[in-house]
Amino acid sequence: MSTMSYAQAACLALQEVMRADANVVALGEDLGRGGVFGQYRGLPQEFGPERIIDTPISEANIMGAAVGMALAGLRPVVEMRVIDFALCAMDEIINQAAKNRYMFGGQGRVPLVARMPIGIWSASAAQHSQSLEAWFAHMPGLVVVTPATPQDNYGLLKSSLASGDPVIYMEHKELWGVEGEVTAGVEVPLGKANVLCEGSDLTIVTWSRGVGVALEALSTKAFKGIRPEIIDLRTLWPWDRDAVFKSVAKTGRLLVVHEAVQVAGFGAEVAASAAEATGCKVRRLGSPRIPVGYAQVLENEARLSPAKIVAAAEALLKQ
Amino acid sequence: MNRLTELYRLMRRIRAFEDAAEIASQGGVAAWGLAAAAKPALVRGPLHLSTGQEAVAAGVCLNLVREDLLTSTHRGHGHTLAKGADPTKMMCELFGRASGYNKGKGGSMHIADFSVGMLGANGVVAAGIPIATGAAHALKIRKQPHIVACFFGDGAANRGPFLEGLNWAQVFKLPILFVCEDNRISATTPTGPMTAGEGVSARAQALAIPSIKVDGNDVEAVDAASKQLTAEIRAGGGPRFLHAVTYRFKGHVSVDPGTYRDPVEVAAALKLDPLIVARGKLLKQGISATAIDAIDTEAKDEIERALAVAEAAPWPDVASAYEDILDTGAGVWQ
Repeated sequence: MSTMSYAQAACLALQEVMRADANVVALGEDLGRGGVFGQYRGLPQEFGPERIIDTPISEANIMGAAVGMALAGLRPVVEMRVIDFALCAMDEIINQAAKNRYMFGGQGRVPLVARMPIGIWSASAAQHSQSLEAWFAHMPGLVVVTPATPQDNYGLLKSSLASGDPVIYMEHKELWGVEGEVTAGVEVPLGKANVLCEGSDLTIVTWSRGVGVALEALSTKAFKGIRPEIIDLRTLWPWDRDAVFKSVAKTGRLLVVHEAVQVAGFGAEVAASAAEATGCKVRRLGSPRIPVGYAQVLENEARLSPAKIVAAAEALLKQ
Repeated sequence: MNRLTELYRLMRRIRAFEDAAEIASQGGVAAWGLAAAAKPALVRGPLHLSTGQEAVAAGVCLNLVREDLLTSTHRGHGHTLAKGADPTKMMCELFGRASGYNKGKGGSMHIADFSVGMLGANGVVAAGIPIATGAAHALKIRKQPHIVACFFGDGAANRGPFLEGLNWAQVFKLPILFVCEDNRISATTPTGPMTAGEGVSARAQALAIPSIKVDGNDVEAVDAASKQLTAEIRAGGGPRFLHAVTYRFKGHVSVDPGTYRDPVEVAAALKLDPLIVARGKLLKQGISATAIDAIDTEAKDEIERALAVAEAAPWPDVASAYEDILDTGAGVWQ
């Protein structure tokens, strides 16, 4: 076990997989210098430009080429830099990567991991701050992964690379520097949630950056006597319905928390599914349907905070 | 069999396949003011015919080997047959049957035979270009001595992935032949007035990709240019570009009568049918009319047998709607 950052944990996972499998390559903008967030640091030196591939600023071709590479025997890791730029590659993700296996009747498969960092980070405003996980969770043919900790970023990246499916892998930009204990060799299975603390009053389901904010509310005793059960979903497709339903069967109340816009967010899917399955009371907390603003006061409107989570929990308990 | 006879035979097989599919598709799609037939057509979905363009598919693909890869367009039957696919399994796919190449999940627009390196027709214009560059990139990384043929139409040159893909192929010196099969029309709109500059070859040359422009209805010319370009690519020369100018005899899809085109232009184009051109050359070479007719009959008979197999073939099992999607989380659909 060693202490490392969320970015270093991903680096370690990729390094291990690339050492074990010569068919794993990474491609994207600025990878030759270790990636804009340092999430490939050291890998160009070890694996060279043929396997850590510096590409033109051509998001459509980066993603489309990864599909072609996968069909021709490689296992590419695609770096989209920020998810906002992945919008330049939507045909390649949605119509090509996600559909290939099905529409060609299983003749080929597209084993690739597309990394698309999400989230509010460093006053980056409307085009570098989005959380679009619901877009991809909606789409048949894609796996959607949202790691919240260094250990999970290590373990989920390894599981994603091993899955053989097209995986949309969403790291949160505000988590890159977060440090934690990482045990090498521990793989975190896709589709398994992590129950972070047990409680009886309500269940809080969250993921990505939302996990840290919920735990901050807990550690600062902001919940004022409320005992929440906090679940990190980790993977949005497939999501761990069993873990969530089991918890809400106990607490009877579900609060889903995410940084993404609340309207038509993935929280709505979790809340509706849990209500259908268990009849629990539900509440959602996400961003208002506003673009992320630049000035701190504007950005804060779109951000999660412990106070917002506590207020939502209190409102749910009164329902 | 001499080279031209082989090319002619391939073109004739493509023509026979598409003529038969066209008949089987009538009434299959409600479009262009026509209602769908009361009795479902055997080919239900959109059928994009390459009738008149066969020389491009044949002339390029006879310069490929089985291990070479190919990406195609929505108008891809010719490329698929020319790469070596089985017309019976293709027809089964067009008919939506379980024994089709894609188990009835793709139809004409997604026809593919990965086993012969044909990585798929595509419903999105220019979408094959990035995939082809990636496949070529993989061949290079894996040090495999093969190449990729990337077919696209003239309309594709106006989409972003055209520039991204060509630039990428040249930057990484990839083993890829870009083939612009220029039928001069983008769906129902003439491409010329929609395209700035000196044409697709000029765009390739702007990226320093060597390019040859040929009469795409002269199968010998396409063959000769492809022979040269594929040899240069196999020698490690990086990407090459072939601009083959041809003409689409039919509408955008099989049920489109194409009335938006000038009948004089169409009549003139029909006289340059690549099969007529090739037949004339074969006769000049001393091949008898009887021998050529025998090739035609053989092609028609082959497709007749394919039609019979396809019509009798079973439908997909409903359960297969849930297969070939993801291994991760399979079994949960809500």
